[in-house]
Amino acid sequence: MDLTKPFPTPTQETEPFWEGLRSEQVLLQRCNDCGKWIFYPRSNCPSCLSTNLRWQQVSGEGTLYTFTVARQATAPHFMDEVPQLIAMIDLNEGVRLTSTLVSDKADDLKIGAKVIPVFDHVNDDVTLLRYRLA
Amino acid sequence: MKLEGKAAIVGYHEYPHIRKFTGKRKFTLGQWADLTRFSLDDAGLEASDINGLVCTEIRETVSFTPATIVEYLGQPVNFAERVDLGGASPVGMVWRAAAAIELGLADVVVCALPGQPIPSNPNPGPIDPRRYFQSSSVNWGSPQAEFEIPYGNLAQNCGYAMIAQRYAAEFDYDPTAMAKLVVDQRRSGAANPNAVFYEKPVTIDDVLASKLVADPLRMLEIVMPVAGGAAVIVASEDVAKRCKHRPVWIKGFGEHLTMKTPTFAEDLCRSPVGPASAKAFEMAGVTRGDIDACEIYDCYTITVLLTLEDAGFCEKGEGMEFIRSHDLSCFGDFPVNSHGGQLGMGQGGGAGGMTQVIEGARQIMGRADQRQLPRCDHVYVSGTGGIMSEQAALILKGD
Ligand SMILES: [Zn+2]
Repeated sequence: MDLTKPFPTPTQETEPFWEGLRSEQVLLQRCNDCGKWIFYPRSNCPSCLSTNLRWQQVSGEGTLYTFTVARQATAPHFMDEVPQLIAMIDLNEGVRLTSTLVSDKADDLKIGAKVIPVFDHVNDDVTLLRYRLA
Repeated sequence: MKLEGKAAIVGYHEYPHIRKFTGKRKFTLGQWADLTRFSLDDAGLEASDINGLVCTEIRETVSFTPATIVEYLGQPVNFAERVDLGGASPVGMVWRAAAAIELGLADVVVCALPGQPIPSNPNPGPIDPRRYFQSSSVNWGSPQAEFEIPYGNLAQNCGYAMIAQRYAAEFDYDPTAMAKLVVDQRRSGAANPNAVFYEKPVTIDDVLASKLVADPLRMLEIVMPVAGGAAVIVASEDVAKRCKHRPVWIKGFGEHLTMKTPTFAEDLCRSPVGPASAKAFEMAGVTRGDIDACEIYDCYTITVLLTLEDAGFCEKGEGMEFIRSHDLSCFGDFPVNSHGGQLGMGQGGGAGGMTQVIEGARQIMGRADQRQLPRCDHVYVSGTGGIMSEQAALILKGD
């Protein structure tokens, strides 16, 4: 039974995002044609389908849209992370992403709270973008 | 573009829902054949009457699914479709069958969803990653593989829990009302011999004392996986008139998909079942007040709450008060999941949502025995796939 953590394998579209996290920067795509911010990274803008996209560094800061405390591992690979604080974060640019919250006390977490990035260098290749209360 | 409402559910079959299946195991293909046979028999039709089928995935092949089933059944068809809408598949299957019949492609269409375990493979091979990651894909290039699974956001519990948490931040969230919903449905399930919780009602205290799984969802607010499986036969007006039961006309439907992962929902508290239901009501020319029973996909309590609101049975934010002020059991003033729902019956995998379609048909046919509603001519049915990401609705009618 292979229970090594299911870390991401970047693709040609997503490599700049993961490369950014390795150097503790949050990079987002933005559409040059319609101006919309994009997450997750992809080849075409999900508003206008343009391929004319650029990368831009942002603060990575945002607000807590929602979260849960998973008291049973969502997969056996996450047994050591229980209780998992799984969250959706609204970045200030208006895109939303999935993350986990780094916090000792779930009771302190409030939907709508300001949150800031935590760069978790899980190994030499991968940095995950986690969050904590600002 | 709308249905004329001239295709009907004419027969069905439902395997009993069992927690630990100890009977003779059959392959999905064999279950398909059994379910087809029993539902044809229920309608008063024969194998050779079939000329259409709608399926979902089966265990014996990854592709060419309809052709494999057609060959196994030995019945050629003029219309074959594989639907891939998760828990919304049963509703999606039924309206596709009705549409094909109204287009004249077929006049007897079988829609089956096996849900029993298959025989153990003596040469099992490598573990299928879906065993761990369930409906989230770990294939390279999959958005879930890169942006969801590494953070542990997978399977269903945490997604629905995050919807409920968001709802609680915006509106009135009452754990006791959610528990009452379970109690009302389990009361109906306790009167359903096919249900895993037959003769096993629960109390509000039982629900509130059950283990927290993912805040705020507790164990008894989450479906229990069981062995199940079901099929329905959809037929043309001419065929329906010579079948055994009161025809259950498919008068309206709607379907709406917005995303795979709920992180990318624009608004977690307003689900795709809203547009799907609006379309279904409009097509059927029926109002919410005409509905005698709601058979609402209920993988979780929050699914039912949002569906009641989004389908227009109450206003947004008033779902908890609606649940508090109505008896939702089959004996009550506003029956929701008169069969117990999947919370009362157990969830037979992908077949779970077919229990909602079948209960709607059963009530209109007048075959619900002790659960039979005094009057049942119009039924609303919903199907929910993914994490409120792909949803569909049906309006069923008896003449
Ligand atoms: Zn664009």
